Amino acid sequence: MSPQLPAMQFDHVDVAFGRHMVLRQLQFDIPAGAFVGVIGPNGAGKTTMIRLVLGLQRPNAGRVTVLGQSAGRGGREIGYVPQSFAAEPDLPLRARDLVGLGLDGEKWGFPLPSKERRRRIDACLERVGALGYADEAVGTLSGGERQRLLIAQALLTSPRILLLDEPLANLDIRSGHDIIHLIAEIAKETQITVLFVAHDMNPLLGVMDQVLYIAQGRALLGSVEQVVRSDVLSELYGQPVEVVRVQGRILVFAGDEMVPLGHEELLPHGRPRSLPVEP
Amino acid sequence: MARRTGDNGAAPAHTTMSWLNYLVAPGFLQTGQVQSALILGSAVAVCSAVVGVFVIIRGQAFLGHALGDVGSTGASGAVLVGVQAIWGFLGAGLMAGASVDALSRRARERDVATGVVLSAMLGLSALFIYLIGQVSTSTGVTQEILFGSVFTVSPALVLPMVGLAVAAVVVVGFVYRPLLLSTVNPDGARSRGVPVGLVSFLFLVAMIAAVEQSALVMGALLSTALLIGPAATAIHLTRRLGLAIVLSVVLALVDTWLGILLAYDSFNWPPAGRGWPVSFFVVAVMVVAYSIGQAIPRTSAGPRD
Repeated sequence: MSPQLPAMQFDHVDVAFGRHMVLRQLQFDIPAGAFVGVIGPNGAGKTTMIRLVLGLQRPNAGRVTVLGQSAGRGGREIGYVPQSFAAEPDLPLRARDLVGLGLDGEKWGFPLPSKERRRRIDACLERVGALGYADEAVGTLSGGERQRLLIAQALLTSPRILLLDEPLANLDIRSGHDIIHLIAEIAKETQITVLFVAHDMNPLLGVMDQVLYIAQGRALLGSVEQVVRSDVLSELYGQPVEVVRVQGRILVFAGDEMVPLGHEELLPHGRPRSLPVEP
Repeated sequence: MARRTGDNGAAPAHTTMSWLNYLVAPGFLQTGQVQSALILGSAVAVCSAVVGVFVIIRGQAFLGHALGDVGSTGASGAVLVGVQAIWGFLGAGLMAGASVDALSRRARERDVATGVVLSAMLGLSALFIYLIGQVSTSTGVTQEILFGSVFTVSPALVLPMVGLAVAAVVVVGFVYRPLLLSTVNPDGARSRGVPVGLVSFLFLVAMIAAVEQSALVMGALLSTALLIGPAATAIHLTRRLGLAIVLSVVLALVDTWLGILLAYDSFNWPPAGRGWPVSFFVVAVMVVAYSIGQAIPRTSAGPRD
């Protein structure tokens, strides 16, 4: 297999907000076509990492390279799927109109209807299984339905990278599984690189190639077996961490408080010791 | 205001004609002031209708209302200084819009900032209107500032106002897509390189133009009715944004024409002599239209799979 350029490269990246170091010395490459779960407790820096890739956040030190170029705004090569959108039930916007904004929403003026435009929007709607409610007002749709629309919107430009920012946050378990299944299918079909942010890695265990574990401002990239281990995570957190595998599920407990991660809590910062070298 | 008296005719054979004369008082379309009013009113109606749909979508109805109210400060100030009211309306709107923008970075703060700026400027308005009462001999100026003066607008202003209305609509057309995207999905918009701040600012300017022009026709206190009323009615009736805008424009135009017509007719009504305010009739028609619209149930697109 010929070597392909990594989809994303983080080279000694630091990000600070004022005096607070949010991300420290990020150093890893995300291979093209990989399905990477971005896991970690809330406040750890997952969203900041996404913003770095999108070019919305500049690093204080180091370089972020996306598809061979410096991370910058306006890339149609990156499909961004935000967590949700705000919509009242009477907002006069149909599902297909919202999705259509993914095609040309950043351009000035208003869209002129065309057969080609409709065809492309319909194709993406069908891909995510949303064609059945394409003409409904977006404000009347459920969380799962809205998430599918956001995914369709991101796919319209045939991006090479798909960034999903906590898509499961507002979904029930069943809808969450449906969404993961959908993304996995799309990833396999199109060889797209996926960064899927979640605060619980368990639903992703069957589909992700690698996990990017972010905690205390530092990140580790590797397979689940390599990264999600008591010794490795203890180094990362700078405090005792216990990893327990029970019936195919992984539970991560912070030592003193025995708090299972997957709740939305920020652990108090420990002192990070030296990190293991990445495989 | 000069009026041509018509011959209403008493013979039974002219009954239909006399009914028509009650509905459309004689000389309606021939009167210069009415012609100006219809042209200016139509421009304002279209502009308000288009801008109003986006004001509602963006949840900025309170800001729109406040921008109208503060127009009274500018207009009364302008009268005191001897300048035409419209420049006062526009100037106050721009000042208030800039202040609210500067005082609030996040949507949450915006309502509070709007309230503060509104209070401050209305306080000034109270002072200016009092001073007008002390200084000026012309009656009715205050009524016109607060509730509209479409029949007494100088004809020289009509063309510039129509130009301003057209410009505002063009601006909205220009920012249509990025405005929609940044309203529904601000992070997504930024990630696509949309200059969200600039787009918001351009829309704010269009909003100020729409509201302050409407304040000429409807008065500072009632300009909101033309901004929000037809738009709200239209939004309730359709799921499609383009159709909502068209409906809003049609409703606003009918509303304004009926309002001007009824106000003209009302010169014959008690208490005789001056005619009832146009803004009253516009609001009355708007309320009726809105009520009818609300009575029509919203439908779903169809069975989902």
